[in-house]
Amino acid sequence: MTAYVIRRFLYAIPIALGVAVIIFSLVHIAPGDPLSALVPADAPSSVVERLRRDYGMDRPVPAQFVLWLGRTLSGDLGVSIATGRPVAGELTRAVANTLLLAVCASLIGFPLGILLGGVAGYFNGRAIDRIATATAITGVSVPHYWLGMLLVIVFSVELNLLPAMGMGPGGSSAWAWDWTHLRHLVLPAVTLSVIPMGIVTRTVRATVAEIMNEDFVEALRAKGMRESQVVRHVAKNAAPTALAVIGLQLGYLLGGSILVEVVFAWPGTGFMLNTAIIRRDLPLLQGTILVLSMFFVLVNLLVDILQTMLDPRMQRA
Amino acid sequence: MAEPTGATALGTPADDTASRRTSPRGYWTNVAKRLRRDKLTLFFALLLALVFLSAIFAPWLAPADPYATSMLKRLTPIGTPGYPLGADELGRDMLTRLLYGGRLSLLMGILPVVNATVAGCILGLIAGFFGGRVNMAIMRAMDVFYAFPSVLLAIAIAGALGAGVVNTIVSLTVVFIPPITRITESVTTRIRKQDFVEAARATGAGNLSLIRVHVLGNVLAPVLIYASSLVSISIILAAGLSFLGLGATPPEPEWGLMLNTLRDAIFVSPWVAVVPGVMIFITSMSFNMLSDGLRHAMDVRM
Amino acid sequence: MEVRGLVKHFPIRGGLFQRQVAAVQAVDDVSFTVRRGETLGIVGESGCGKSTTARLLIRLIEPDAGEVLIDDRQVGSKTGLSLKALRRDMQMVFQDSYSSLNPRLPILDTITYGPIVHGMPKSRAREKALDLLRKVGLDPDTYALRYPHEMSGGQRQRVNIARALALDPRIVILDEAVSALDKSVQAQVLNLLMELRRELSLTYLFISHDLEVVQFISDRVLVMYLGKVVELGPVAALYQAPQHPYTKALLSAMPEMDVDRRKQEPPLTGDPPTPINPPSGCRFHPRCPFAEPVCARVEPLLTRLAGSPDHVSACHMAIAGSGHSAAPETQNSSTSRIAEPPKESARP
Repeated sequence: MTAYVIRRFLYAIPIALGVAVIIFSLVHIAPGDPLSALVPADAPSSVVERLRRDYGMDRPVPAQFVLWLGRTLSGDLGVSIATGRPVAGELTRAVANTLLLAVCASLIGFPLGILLGGVAGYFNGRAIDRIATATAITGVSVPHYWLGMLLVIVFSVELNLLPAMGMGPGGSSAWAWDWTHLRHLVLPAVTLSVIPMGIVTRTVRATVAEIMNEDFVEALRAKGMRESQVVRHVAKNAAPTALAVIGLQLGYLLGGSILVEVVFAWPGTGFMLNTAIIRRDLPLLQGTILVLSMFFVLVNLLVDILQTMLDPRMQRA
Repeated sequence: MAEPTGATALGTPADDTASRRTSPRGYWTNVAKRLRRDKLTLFFALLLALVFLSAIFAPWLAPADPYATSMLKRLTPIGTPGYPLGADELGRDMLTRLLYGGRLSLLMGILPVVNATVAGCILGLIAGFFGGRVNMAIMRAMDVFYAFPSVLLAIAIAGALGAGVVNTIVSLTVVFIPPITRITESVTTRIRKQDFVEAARATGAGNLSLIRVHVLGNVLAPVLIYASSLVSISIILAAGLSFLGLGATPPEPEWGLMLNTLRDAIFVSPWVAVVPGVMIFITSMSFNMLSDGLRHAMDVRM
Repeated sequence: MEVRGLVKHFPIRGGLFQRQVAAVQAVDDVSFTVRRGETLGIVGESGCGKSTTARLLIRLIEPDAGEVLIDDRQVGSKTGLSLKALRRDMQMVFQDSYSSLNPRLPILDTITYGPIVHGMPKSRAREKALDLLRKVGLDPDTYALRYPHEMSGGQRQRVNIARALALDPRIVILDEAVSALDKSVQAQVLNLLMELRRELSLTYLFISHDLEVVQFISDRVLVMYLGKVVELGPVAALYQAPQHPYTKALLSAMPEMDVDRRKQEPPLTGDPPTPINPPSGCRFHPRCPFAEPVCARVEPLLTRLAGSPDHVSACHMAIAGSGHSAAPETQNSSTSRIAEPPKESARP
């Protein structure tokens, strides 16, 4: 088991490295001189020259990559073109905000998804199943940014119940766990939870339906086991797949929150990405994506290990 | 030869009802038959056809010029005579913009999947058929791309390349290649291990012939179904990129871009603002249902 | 066809870096001869290496060592038989009739594939395929354009036979070809095989774990155990008077219809060992009721039996002077080993 953990961990390193390579090369696929993507247009030439030397622009690309990697690992994610402040600093607050949103969306979406999927799979073929499946399909077909707008229209504009945007009075630095602030969380969290919920429902439903069809369920019932216990057995068998899907969706929540954050002006990493795009602020873009993808790699790693712990069959020898 | 050599004392080959049919049932005939009976899928197929046709024939169907602005008519509500679906924030007729918008939205949604299917199929076939180091090299490379959430990857590439329809298509193509490669590889590996491939190999056939005749036909079905399910995601993603300012650029009509520019209007004329989203939703949902229906009809296990 | 010293070990990987930690010794120094026009039956328990041997012969797997000669021409060597030529001489029929056929192709196309690959024009290939269908007892008009899923198991296996015959091979390997069929269908297919052999002058290698079927169809029988050949001889002699203890055990395990000859105790004791770490010396010694210390030390090689030049057994009890208490004093005919072992013999 430990061998597997170590191997899985070691395996994540080249992946992370590959991710870094891709992010690094973003600057180079951008049209124009890479350096111009990294400094504001009106910077004095002395600054431009110094940066050129610092980033090693006069050296071959692999050397630049190594330099960049070194800086990144030591915490220097570059300087934002727009604000002039170091990227790393801006990111910490944004990451916290996004995590808040993602966690809430998870708390809504995953339990609902599991419940809906489980019920649908259990009552495979009956009316409940079809309703749940329809809900799931709708969930994944709906563009979540549009759904956000719809919710804003219904709850803010028409009904004036919930705020349309922002994180509450005082902005992100003044977050408190009270209703004045929490009410800002409701709509974004619900919007964000829809797609993961849809996917989780679909997967759980398929898995549970498949398990229910297996012979051993019949065998359990023939043994005289109570239905509730049968359900527990089915759940145990469905757990690894459910976990896998949830893990994947966590990654989606981290990375995909951008569209929802933009609609609701939620000051998280997604919102920051949007700003970076609009202002062509490549250091900010790179830094944010780097942090987010590393999170994703980490989450995947943890989910993999957790999954193996739950289901020894999945261990690849 | 008077008697078939198979006839022995025990009688001619055991005949079940299957052999009494004289006309062979092709695989695709079966599929078509099952599809025809599936009313729900047919309904969505029809819906999709409508969307496509309206986009293609937009110049003939649209009542107005999609670029004609009018400051007076800004944000006219739905149902006003002359503006059946209202007007957007620059006074352009919504219905016209929607019809024309379909062209770009559908293009940016479908083309990346088509490209990715071609590329991913080739990569997956090579990886699955040859196995070993080739397989490892290709799949590990794909794993790196898998380390990104798709939205993030799309934004990263599109963000670096800049706004524009072509950039969006490129970016989304890159995003969709890894999943298609993965599923192609998995199916190809499974098929490669089957006895009939071994038997074909035992006749001395070369690799290309083996792939063409035996592997490809069996691989395409599951892969195409999977690809069709990707289209619905692609449509949402493409429109989403436009929503962020990365896809189509103003003044082009495109559903995602329209949602973006109309966003501020939700406080003034909310229902006009949501109309483009309805189109995205309908299109995406139809592709989803179609892909599901296709899977049922083909009865394919992945 | 002559087989010499075939070896195939499959590596097992494990540990942190997936290095090779052990090997499954699937086929270890297997040698035998097959005569033109005969049917050689190959029997053994699952895992004894029969199927691997078959695949090695037809070169679907590359051997680690050893050679195969057909008509004294070595397969794979530059001066001998090329792989493509081998394909025309030797074909195989697999066990699972369904997975042996491409579900997307009508069976006519499956049969014509081989000839077309070797350059036959399509129209001629089609004619040949139709003719073959007739030969295997399937009416071409009814079946030619059918798909595999529209046919029964027995019918599919006939198609597989037709497919194998499409290249006019001289040797056909049947790897558990009838094992998955119902008994009544088995009989039909077996009869078909025997007729085809007569009509087309074929040589068969019939692999099976079903001893009765092998007895019915074979001229000579080869018994394998754990990757090694343990006995080889004419079918009648082998079934009446098996020499190797393993063969004896296998035969006595056959269900007996005659009540008087039924045995009560199971003939084999002990667990079947794995081919990953085979026992030393004679691989059968842990389960052999006649085992003695020499059996664990020294590996017995295939030796001609006194009195029957065609019957060989790999057992110390048949080798003169082996040290086994039941070994004969001398060998009537000259003692000769069937094949040169690739490694040093440990015989005294």
